Amino acid sequence: MRETTRDAFDRALDTRSMRRRSLYVDAWHRLLKNKAAVVALGTLGVMVIMVLVGPWLSEWDHEIPDWDHYSTPPSLETGHLFGTDALGRDLFVRTMIGGQISLLVGLVATMVSLVIGVSYGAVAGFFGGRIDNIMMRFVDGIYAMPFMFFVIVLMVVFGRNIFLIFVAIGAVNWLDMARIVRGQTLSLKNKDFVEAARACGATEWQIIRRHIVPNLLGVVIVYVTLTIPQVILVESFLSFLGLGVQEPLTSWGALVNEGAQELETAPWSLLFPAAFLAVTLFAFNFLGDGLRDALDPKDRV
Amino acid sequence: MSQRAPVLKVRDLAVHFRVDTGRFLRHDYRTVRAVDNVSLDVYPAETLGIVGESGCGKSTLARAILGLVRPQAGSVVWLGEDLTTLSDEAMRLKRREIQLIFQDPSGSLDPRMTVGEIVAEPLRVFYPSMSRLQVRERVAGMMKLVGLSPDQVNRYPHEFSGGQCQRVGIARALVVNPRLVVCDEPVSALDVSIQAQIVNLLKDLQKKLQLSLIFIAHDLSVVRHVSDRVLVMYLGRVMEVADRERIYLDPRHPYTRALIESVPIPDPVAERARVRQSLQGDTPSPLEPPTGCVFRTRCPFAVEACANRVPVLETVQEDQQVACLRHTEISGLDHPVSVDS
Repeated sequence: MRETTRDAFDRALDTRSMRRRSLYVDAWHRLLKNKAAVVALGTLGVMVIMVLVGPWLSEWDHEIPDWDHYSTPPSLETGHLFGTDALGRDLFVRTMIGGQISLLVGLVATMVSLVIGVSYGAVAGFFGGRIDNIMMRFVDGIYAMPFMFFVIVLMVVFGRNIFLIFVAIGAVNWLDMARIVRGQTLSLKNKDFVEAARACGATEWQIIRRHIVPNLLGVVIVYVTLTIPQVILVESFLSFLGLGVQEPLTSWGALVNEGAQELETAPWSLLFPAAFLAVTLFAFNFLGDGLRDALDPKDRV
Repeated sequence: MSQRAPVLKVRDLAVHFRVDTGRFLRHDYRTVRAVDNVSLDVYPAETLGIVGESGCGKSTLARAILGLVRPQAGSVVWLGEDLTTLSDEAMRLKRREIQLIFQDPSGSLDPRMTVGEIVAEPLRVFYPSMSRLQVRERVAGMMKLVGLSPDQVNRYPHEFSGGQCQRVGIARALVVNPRLVVCDEPVSALDVSIQAQIVNLLKDLQKKLQLSLIFIAHDLSVVRHVSDRVLVMYLGRVMEVADRERIYLDPRHPYTRALIESVPIPDPVAERARVRQSLQGDTPSPLEPPTGCVFRTRCPFAVEACANRVPVLETVQEDQQVACLRHTEISGLDHPVSVDS
């Protein structure tokens, strides 16, 4: 018997619907359909590879100055692709090294605040009542502490250390995350499907893990993509005050600050780090948008 | 039916909520008696219908039976064991035997889970050692049983219609082989044409699986169709319990009569000819229920005694109990027009 188009269509549909799907596999497929998100993801991938591999490709080092070239503009002849700074250090290598630090700070500090904030906020919101009260007053307490004071105390007690930046930023950022997550959890926990899970015999932990946290994802993802750029900027601010990354190590934020001071004499020293920073922040924002859409099964039918 | 031992015995159950009606900085705690002094029995493989208008405590009663809210007083005896004395953990394990079907079909399904995962959830909770393949087979079997195609397991709830979502809810409730399923207005949110499908599905499954059902609704004709016995609630109290036919043909409580009279007859001539004695006024606030009989403020037969004495459920004939001081006088009055269905 001849197979009609309709049969073929049905068959195609069938095999597709029989395939096992999970929320994350689905989300991934939906993400790949979003052009802006794919471009952003690609950009970030290239960026990561560049900052990791870049320093190896250049003949220059990020801390040893080129004694013959101070504040020279970008040129292929000298080998300084992005030029040099006032001390004669190669800006290409410094931008790559700075990128490593900035991305690391952005990702690690955000992860720290994500893990602490989501679990803390979800627990506070879900159990509610007195537990919620105590937990959120604790958050308010830390919130009231001046951030700079907190960082300076950390520096004094533990000495200067790159990991201290992660700790300091993470310790402040999770507070926002916890508040957002708590609010979402409060509205989620009264939904019928949570009651249904309870009626099905699920324990409170299972409800948090299987129902509350996945339903928080949309908001959390958006917030994370806003947090990463924010953290990168906070780091640059700390570096500017001499509390962040120390010379000769650098970060995009620190480079932008240095470049801004030499804007008139050496505009390239601002241009390149700023461009990398901006492109990265853009990419994170687009990726966040895409992830939010992809993680919401209702959005596309 | 009643010669067998009941699977579920609820005795003098009371669920009270404390609400704060105070304004700024001043607390004024008052008690809402959502369920008060409710007793009922459910026998094996029978359906007990519970009717009453919204806010009369039907859903709270359902949740109290499952231990989702803790009652203030009374007992819920399940197969000889009082559930109200169990710890939270022991109560959780009992939910393998007592399951709940919700009113809002799509709201009770997690939008981020596929239908297959939703149906599998009770299995994963109660039988964590089951293999993936076993779970999948069981889920596929349940899908078929409730009239869904097993290859729809990977769809999300929003891809289904209300009726299909309710089927998923039924599959989830039945997947662990419970003995009692509490249906909390399972068809109220559905189109009338779909209601019949779901009701018939529940009836079929009950026969097939020998389930006991508690079927909560505010629609008398639906309840009449599915129930073996019917319990009428008003403001958290039981007004009347009787066999299905008896409650429609010979209602003794004025509230039951009013409910039955309010059902329209699907025949314009008969409908127009009917003399209605409709209820006056609104349901009183559950914060301040009337003294004595809670129905007296709207009851056409109320006398002074009704304000002073709380009527208790009295057996008036086999399989019929009424909580009304004047039921003997009322039973002599005209029958309300009965519903033909």
